[in-house]
Amino acid sequence: MKFAYDLHIHSALSPCGDEDMTPNNIVNMALLKGLDLIAVTDHNSARNLPAVLDVGKRQGLMVIPGIEVQTKEEVHIVCLFKNLQSALKFDEIIYNCLPDIPNNEEIFGRQLIMDSNDEIVGKVDKLLISSCDLSVNDVFILTRGLGGICIPAHVDRPSYSITANLGFIPPSLRVKTVEFSKKDSPETILRRYPFLKKYNYIVSSDAHYLWDISEREHFIEMDYLSFTNLTNILCPN
Amino acid sequence: MTVKQICEKLELRPLTGDCGMDREVKGAYICDLLSWVMAHASEGDVWITIQTHSNIIAVATLVDLSAIIIAEDAEVEEETIKKAIEEGIPVLVSDKNAFMIAKGLADMGLGN
Repeated sequence: MKFAYDLHIHSALSPCGDEDMTPNNIVNMALLKGLDLIAVTDHNSARNLPAVLDVGKRQGLMVIPGIEVQTKEEVHIVCLFKNLQSALKFDEIIYNCLPDIPNNEEIFGRQLIMDSNDEIVGKVDKLLISSCDLSVNDVFILTRGLGGICIPAHVDRPSYSITANLGFIPPSLRVKTVEFSKKDSPETILRRYPFLKKYNYIVSSDAHYLWDISEREHFIEMDYLSFTNLTNILCPN
Repeated sequence: MTVKQICEKLELRPLTGDCGMDREVKGAYICDLLSWVMAHASEGDVWITIQTHSNIIAVATLVDLSAIIIAEDAEVEEETIKKAIEEGIPVLVSDKNAFMIAKGLADMGLGN
């Protein structure tokens, strides 16, 4: 079966994310668009995942817990986890590895933690769009140790991508799948970066606004929806 | 001038022993985006960066750079040092920032 996905969506927790990116709005917009599975992946934090996963369960949408980590090389990696506990454990590690720079709300926006009724229940103090003190290699090792998978984000972009910052994808990471942005067609991207042909790719929105969430346009084929099936397709051993 | 001369004059800390110390330095290049360095640095340049991932060695080998200077005491991964020795690329560390390192190189006559 083919399932429509968007595996890179920010919530209002990301300072650059629109404050309308609430747990209910994200899930309901994804359902309106006809998506079958989404991943919510805030910058360096999992603090809105309890609420989004709750709403997903209530509304019947598969929500994969994720974090978009910014490594010390300023590379963005989408890390996806089987369950909330693993994501929260990873969140704790990442938070401790972030520099002690407080968020300046006037410049970056608020970092809102919400409950499953979209009520604001807290804020994250440290600026989440900093680089954590972990290398790309560290992030892969830690994520895999927690049973998760890593997908280098927007590898076709000139900033915060593994290709721009590290020149190429280190073979030792054994990357199987990369994420393409929606800025160009996959054909254009592969023409520009022929070395990406050896990887599978997915296309996700990196949505910071509700209207940017993907339409029912990108599909993953699997027998039925499960994280294990997704892992087997995106990151087979 | 050689890598060894630069190392001594600018009081750099070599992480790769004597490896590549007699290489000739023809110029200098500063950038932290490896894709950019691959496209724009020149053969024989000494490269000043704060990136320490082992990919820097591959880039230095590809462009045939004379040495890598890691600025501001950024911590270098062991994997990177191992690869550097394998490839014969000297990796030198400075406590100074890229600008002050570049100034030191210019004072030595590089780029004149």
